[in-house]
Amino acid sequence: MSDNFVLHSSIWREEAAESNPFVASRCFAFGYDVYGEVLPKSSWSEYMLLLFLGEKPSAEAAMLIEKLAIALANPGPREPSVRAAMNGGVGGSVDAASLIAALAVGAGQYGGSHEVALLVEAWNRLGRDLPAWCDYLSHPNRDYREDVWSPIEHPPGFDPHGVECAQPVLQSLEFLAEVSPGRNLIWLFEQRVALEQHTGLPITMSAVAAAAFADLGFSSTQAIMMYLMLRLPGAAVHAMEQEKLGWKKFPAYGQAISIDNDPGELGVPDVSRFEL
Amino acid sequence: MSIEDLQSAQDQLHSALGKAFLSERVVMRGKDLHYELGRKDWLSVMVYAITGREFSENQIRYMNFMWVATSYPDAGIWPNQATALAGTSRTTPSLSLVAGLALSEARLYGRKPDRRAMDFFYRAAAKLDQGFSLEEVIEKEIEERKVVFGYGRPLVRLDERVAHTLNVITELGLDGGRYFNLALEVHRYLKRTRGLSINIAAISASTMADMDFSTEEYQLFLTLVFVAGMVPCYLDAKGRPEGSFFPVACSNLVYSGVPERSW
Repeated sequence: MSDNFVLHSSIWREEAAESNPFVASRCFAFGYDVYGEVLPKSSWSEYMLLLFLGEKPSAEAAMLIEKLAIALANPGPREPSVRAAMNGGVGGSVDAASLIAALAVGAGQYGGSHEVALLVEAWNRLGRDLPAWCDYLSHPNRDYREDVWSPIEHPPGFDPHGVECAQPVLQSLEFLAEVSPGRNLIWLFEQRVALEQHTGLPITMSAVAAAAFADLGFSSTQAIMMYLMLRLPGAAVHAMEQEKLGWKKFPAYGQAISIDNDPGELGVPDVSRFEL
Repeated sequence: MSIEDLQSAQDQLHSALGKAFLSERVVMRGKDLHYELGRKDWLSVMVYAITGREFSENQIRYMNFMWVATSYPDAGIWPNQATALAGTSRTTPSLSLVAGLALSEARLYGRKPDRRAMDFFYRAAAKLDQGFSLEEVIEKEIEERKVVFGYGRPLVRLDERVAHTLNVITELGLDGGRYFNLALEVHRYLKRTRGLSINIAAISASTMADMDFSTEEYQLFLTLVFVAGMVPCYLDAKGRPEGSFFPVACSNLVYSGVPERSW
């Protein structure tokens, strides 16, 4: 047995089987016996919050993440991350690739997890201070430094192309604010109109999700991870559906693309000697 | 954008950077892919795709060297390790490389420090143009950001790539650029005042700045830079019994959390 290479964790502990040191007989998450006790007694939502936050959650917190998961599960086939996954499905890519495509696209700043992360950071920094939020939303890149992430191009949590708040967003905000054990969702519900008047734009599901994560006590990184995971079901089912529908029922955008600087047709080289 | 703009964009994309006229021809940034770019080396086409510019033979040779010199086939390196784990888990070749490449956009190494190193040189040069001294620029950087990206090295003090790269830069006549020489001046100052040394990030970023790469273009150029080193890691793990890449025994999972409790 080697002691040279070890992994450290304050989350997970294992007891090895007597017959094999590489097989666990018991696994513990934050001290709870996962297969002996959590599996029969806990809901999926409770277990997720345990893994992310380290404590058995309240019933209210478990309810909030459960309902948030429903709100986020399927952004629908028009949404870019789902469309990316559908590009995997239509071409018969390996299934994991469709989800990887959805994760990559859904990680962005236009409705993606990085936008949610910026908002959770703002919640942790600004709390429920309306003037501070208005100031931040007017200058979201004020403290920007060179990064793999570009400066965000719209007030985080708002639809840069929107006219009025979408009904599913409103319904989600109202319901989640009702069940949340925190006060941020309620504050967002109460201040939505003021914030929308300030930005001139309607809020989006990213804003609702971020407020929910703030109510759950998530860090920005925890919010990224959970948001990405919770939106994968839609990517999965639409990728699988598109594979069944086939390429004839998928937009062929090539015909809609035009270029300015076209060198023109130069002809196909003569390969007549190969008698193709 | 207005609703009308969005409606208009539903079925048209004008002024695209390229297009495939399938069964006929392909155009990339105004050039016929097969007639005009088809006899070039792949790297030249890659940087043409990124920048829309063509580079001299020596510049391309240098960029090629950067890729070669970063192809470390060592499965202990974090992104390579992900590729090896993919191999030992018997996933597909493409998914394995994607796993490693995705990790390369990191905070402690890879793309984030690369961009920040180049950004520093652009900002520093602008300050020098405003009349600030180099000492003022560097000290201000350290005061505000605690670090000058591209100097020191978190894991090993001497970067083995530095000497090779400096020689290639000299051999190819690419040692006369403003940013490269600025990088050396910063090195001399930090060496004298803090014992820090230039690392490969500063050398690469400064030389690419001399070729007018933006930070985003630079990152795009570097995205695949580790990939040749990942391939042997995948193949090596794939060639051994499944699950045998540095397996971890239960006892080597060191737990430091709360004691056992009841749900």
